[in-house]
Amino acid sequence: MPQGRSPILELQEITKAFGGVEALRGVDFVLSAGEIHGLVGENGAGKSTLMKIIAGVHTEFSGRLLLDGRETRFRSARDAHAAGIAMVHQELSVAPDLSIAENVFLGSQPTNRFGLVQWRRMAREAGEQLARFGIDVDPLSRLGDLPIGLQQLIEIARVLFSGARIIILDEPTSALSPPEVERLFSTLRRLRDEGTGIIFISHFIEDILRVSDTVTVFRNGRKVAEAQAADTSKAALIEAMIGKGREALEESYTEDIPLPPLSDRPVVLKASGLSLARSLKDVSFEVRAGEVLGIYGFMGCGQLELARILFGKLRPDHGGLVVAGGQATFASTAQARRAGIAFVSESRRDMLFHQEPVYKNVSVSILDRISRLLLKPSRERLIARRQVEQLQIRPAAVELNLGMLSGGNQQKVALAKWLSYPPRLLVLCEPTRGMDVGAKSDVINIIRDLRARGLAIIVLSTEPETVLSLADRILVLRRGAVVREFSDEAISKDRLLEAA
Amino acid sequence: MVTGEGVTVSAGKRKRPRKIAGLLRSQMRNIAPFLTLICLSGFFAAASPSFATLDNVGNILTQVSVTGIIAVGLTFVILCAEIDLSIAGIANVTGIAVAYFTQQESYVNIANIPMAGWAAIALALALCALLGVVNALGLTVIGIPSFIMTLAMMQIAAGISALLVRGQIAYKVPDLVATLGSSSIGGIPWIVIVAALMLLGGHLVLTYTRFGRYVYMVGGNREAAEFSGLNVNLILGSVMVIAAVCAGIGGMLGVAHFGSAQQNEFDTYLLDSIAAVVVGGTSLFGGRGGIGNTIVGLFVLGVLNNGLDHVNIDSFLKILIRGLILLAALIINVYAQRLRAKAVD
Repeated sequence: MPQGRSPILELQEITKAFGGVEALRGVDFVLSAGEIHGLVGENGAGKSTLMKIIAGVHTEFSGRLLLDGRETRFRSARDAHAAGIAMVHQELSVAPDLSIAENVFLGSQPTNRFGLVQWRRMAREAGEQLARFGIDVDPLSRLGDLPIGLQQLIEIARVLFSGARIIILDEPTSALSPPEVERLFSTLRRLRDEGTGIIFISHFIEDILRVSDTVTVFRNGRKVAEAQAADTSKAALIEAMIGKGREALEESYTEDIPLPPLSDRPVVLKASGLSLARSLKDVSFEVRAGEVLGIYGFMGCGQLELARILFGKLRPDHGGLVVAGGQATFASTAQARRAGIAFVSESRRDMLFHQEPVYKNVSVSILDRISRLLLKPSRERLIARRQVEQLQIRPAAVELNLGMLSGGNQQKVALAKWLSYPPRLLVLCEPTRGMDVGAKSDVINIIRDLRARGLAIIVLSTEPETVLSLADRILVLRRGAVVREFSDEAISKDRLLEAA
Repeated sequence: MVTGEGVTVSAGKRKRPRKIAGLLRSQMRNIAPFLTLICLSGFFAAASPSFATLDNVGNILTQVSVTGIIAVGLTFVILCAEIDLSIAGIANVTGIAVAYFTQQESYVNIANIPMAGWAAIALALALCALLGVVNALGLTVIGIPSFIMTLAMMQIAAGISALLVRGQIAYKVPDLVATLGSSSIGGIPWIVIVAALMLLGGHLVLTYTRFGRYVYMVGGNREAAEFSGLNVNLILGSVMVIAAVCAGIGGMLGVAHFGSAQQNEFDTYLLDSIAAVVVGGTSLFGGRGGIGNTIVGLFVLGVLNNGLDHVNIDSFLKILIRGLILLAALIINVYAQRLRAKAVD
């Protein structure tokens, strides 16, 4: 803890469990006035859970929360807000159809004594605040017309200038360009010098080291290290984040593993110069039959957009695809499917029909192969039963509503729907996210098996283990651009994180 | 992090005693409208001796036929979680068009274009299909929400109707339409037979064809349908055209049934057909329900309208009662959705 500053927020022995799984185990945390406190840790390490406790989102937990030395319990996010705690969440939460000024003053518009909004005052003050932030826009124009990065900056500005004493920023820089990040940091430093306590969460360790005074590292729900930013390094923080395999239940990829030499099998898909607004910049790659191409990057690096371009859900501004030798621009997902491309979204909710039985979920993408006009339910059930057996989906009942299955089994169904008539290319977003160890290794084995059967597979993930356990080649995406390709060389988790 | 496996196991242990309750809950959507129908029928049968007669059953069937024909297409639309407000307008303009292309009596003062019966029918069908295609393009290609798109189409259809009849009334329709709309075979009105066949056809398409499955999938989870590689826009466009053509057929037969073609003739059919579909238990959120539900909904409305005429109630009060019963049915619809969501969780 920095010397000479008084702690404004103290957490002691915080433990929080979700349905039997401990997300936080006995965590102590101190934030001082006039301090920028960086937080790092892998996905699921417990950072966001702790922040949500501070911001009053999670109200059930054990341990003590002291504000200005007095024990406090927030009953709601509103309570925390009233106590001067403000948070910028990872997901953009703005009102795109309102004006910029209204967004800056969301919920606290200046009114005159008749309760009418003072538009001119609001516009002027919003403009002044944003100007301090280096944003020069017309405060009365519609927020949704601005690029995503600026919208995010304006959301951050709203929180920064709300007068809160404690500000939490969860992954605020993912959609920002380098000059915007710079502006954000100088504003954070100014607020710190004015005495605000700031908690800053980011996957970008350089950013953390540049702006923070103190850095705390989380791993598996525990606080594993705390250091002055000046006294530590990126390598030390990464090591603390991923550990040396002591606590990991599975392979932790701390040692080098070799990537195989480049395959000489035919190219299935070639992407060249894909660009999309602020999400992707000139992304090019090839993927071959019988090969898994891993695409790794932090949240917001453009992976999701890239996957959606490959499946015809988004159209790139520039660049194009060549599938099996033919030029392809997909006008719809249906066209991409007919070209032999299969897609599994990062969110099961977007992939599956929870109110329909398993067999209908399995057959939906191949119905046109097995029936022209009339459905053939017995054929559908047969195919579904075969998939359920092959992928060991439990319970093995194809009539059961999908919603009754566990997350891991649902993920298998999302895969199964593409496999009765194997596609040329399988695009998988976060194939193992949120799964327990057993289900995870099942899915990884299924994917390896598909590779052995000659499918071209692209795995996009923000989890290094997933990419490392599957990929033959790895592309690293950073802010929409390919910054590194690993191929035919040794790789470890440290090196992968280092590259991102 | 989520231990889905553990959750499923613990749910399995508690399952047995809850099984029947769970089944009832998840079938609430189908059970509630049916109970409503039985209660209403029972009430009116007790309240009026003239209600539960064979003749009156025939009356009810005839009374719901035009609504039934229009509701077939609307069921497809609502199953996709869209809405079509232009069905009554399209029914009206199609009915007027088929009369417009038929030779009218000399006293009818409409500048019409008489032609052969089959041609008049073909042109009228082409017109309603075309309006359906415009709805479809607006919804899918341009991306106008169906509520607004079909609101505009409602006006457009009314406008075409107005231009065709210019405040006059036409009476003659082609023989085929006249027969189907207003005569009987073996004591059964043709219009009831047509309505029954169309409802049956709609049911078969929804239940046994690939297209029908896609309708349920698109309505159940549009995002998932798209990520499964279904052509969502094609399916949405198709249901808008189906709705328009069903409305057109209902309009033609309706004109024959009423014996005249004029402006604003079908205005009440918009709310009636939406009510029939929704009261029957088809989810406004899409993906749940079907023609079976629509049939129950039609009978609930039919029994209600007919039954209120058999009991001695202030005729102005009837409108209010109708409204209240529809409200009750809608509340049940929303609750059934929630109960089901809980049962699935």
